[in-house]
Amino acid sequence: MIPLLLAFFLFLIGLYGTAVKRNLIKIAIGLSIMEYATFLILALIGYREGGKPPIMVKGIQEKTLVDPLPQALVLTAIVIGLATTALLLSIAVRIYHKYGTFDVNEIRKLKG
Amino acid sequence: MKELLPLFVAIPLGLAFLMPVFGRISRFLPDVLGNVATLALAVLSCMAINSPTIVYKVGGWEPVKGAVIGIYMVLDGLTVVMLLIVNIVGFLVCLYSVEYMRRYTDKARFYTLFLLMMTGMNGVIITGDLFNVFVFLEISAIASYALVAFGTESEELEAAFKYQVMGSVASGFILVALSVFYWLTGTLNMADGGKALVEQGQSVGALFACGLFLMGFALKGAIMPFHAWLPDAHPSAPAPISAMLSGVFIKATGIYVLCRVLFNVFGLSLTTSHVLMTLGALSMIAGVFLAIGQWDMKRLFAYHSISQMGYVVMGVGIGTPLGILGGLFHLMNHSTFKSLLFLNSGAVDYSTDNRDLQKMGGLNQRMPVTGATSLVASMSIAGIPPFNGFWSKLIIILAAVEAGHYSLAGLAVLGSIMTLASFLKVQKYAFFGRLSPVWEKVKEAPALMCVSMVLLAVLCVGMGLLLLPGVKEGLLDKAVAVLTDGRKYANVVLGK
Repeated sequence: MIPLLLAFFLFLIGLYGTAVKRNLIKIAIGLSIMEYATFLILALIGYREGGKPPIMVKGIQEKTLVDPLPQALVLTAIVIGLATTALLLSIAVRIYHKYGTFDVNEIRKLKG
Repeated sequence: MKELLPLFVAIPLGLAFLMPVFGRISRFLPDVLGNVATLALAVLSCMAINSPTIVYKVGGWEPVKGAVIGIYMVLDGLTVVMLLIVNIVGFLVCLYSVEYMRRYTDKARFYTLFLLMMTGMNGVIITGDLFNVFVFLEISAIASYALVAFGTESEELEAAFKYQVMGSVASGFILVALSVFYWLTGTLNMADGGKALVEQGQSVGALFACGLFLMGFALKGAIMPFHAWLPDAHPSAPAPISAMLSGVFIKATGIYVLCRVLFNVFGLSLTTSHVLMTLGALSMIAGVFLAIGQWDMKRLFAYHSISQMGYVVMGVGIGTPLGILGGLFHLMNHSTFKSLLFLNSGAVDYSTDNRDLQKMGGLNQRMPVTGATSLVASMSIAGIPPFNGFWSKLIIILAAVEAGHYSLAGLAVLGSIMTLASFLKVQKYAFFGRLSPVWEKVKEAPALMCVSMVLLAVLCVGMGLLLLPGVKEGLLDKAVAVLTDGRKYANVVLGK
């Protein structure tokens, strides 16, 4: 339970960074921290105390196996995270070309 | 019909993949193929209307010892309604884009992203698996972030960044909620998980997951405290994409999944019902008050999306069959008139290169089709009798009175009056009055754009007929039954 709570705390740190930081790149980093905290939570949910890798071998009956499904989910989520991060950073680069800054306070053509 | 179910995802996904290749072969091929594909999807969704509930097991994976292992695709009454609006509006918007997107350089890439967005929305609607919902949600969301930034001007990029940050936070909440859900139930199938939650009874974990889902999907659906990205993102996109985002995207990926999760998986409790009604009423009123002061045409429409989504959420949140009927019917109606309004603003923008209401005036004389269709849409959204918006708002107000929520009914009437006021403002400043000399040479939008606007206007007028006895049982009542049955959804899908 404690590792799970710590992972959720990490998620909140990422959320804090996304909400409070004024630099586009730092916001992107905050989002990445959030993402990785979620992956950690997923992986921890699949973990069993003293569990072995879930590979079936003929003749050997393991008692506790780690749940493989969350690991598959994490792999999928990492691929999605890669796409979003790449898009977010490329938009940030284009914004830098237009405005000459990463500072949110100076990027204000829209009212919000 | 059962074998055709995966086509809702396969057609747009396959074509999106091949579109860049076709774009190199010929300049017109992407236009033709994009429209053929979306037309095929619209026809498919019409074919689904009278089908019974279908469960399609992807890859043929049957349950092992009672445990669901494959991904299920589920077609029931609510799915049919959502598929209809997504694919029909999608086709009309695609038709409109043929002419409109000439101003931009790369049409093949536009269609790629557009079809990916369609893939995501159809997938979210049709799947019965929570992680699958997340994957399709991200497919459509990533496509929509890129589409908002499509013009790559400074405002568009800024809006896209803001939109993506908010969207990613929402996805984060949804993923955490999903992992808690898996932790509690040991399954990702909505029906199976719903059943497991019933057996466990109330728990703190379930409440936590429910709250996180609510936050995530409320962010995606731009419900009031989570709305800040919408008025920037929707107006900055090209007009057909604004129409898609406001018309169907926030519904398919926000409101629809929220309803599905709250009603069919967690079961509607008194608390969630109150939360939904409060959030709905809040966005209904605050959205319209923010809208009325806007002078940018598209921004004004975007704020109205928040307000109208408030009506939907409030109607559904009342939880009585009448309230759900009103909410779902308003959701269908909103998809027609709001996409029509955005297409109108696109036509005005196309002909005059201007979105500021103060600089317009008398455009009716030069753009009769745009003027007439926008009048239809404005009357619909304001709730003037023969048009579709009137009927759904009337049902929502009646449902609020019937359930004893008199204050909500009063607020709904107030919101409707304010909506009427702000659309009278749009009509007065943009289309009526004296033609300013600047616009003497303005021409009507090209024929294809007019065709799609007229078709949407016909839908706005005709959709009130869906309430007629005989027609109502076939479509709306089935959708309402899915939500009122709540957790019986599990038995229907798992076949017990």
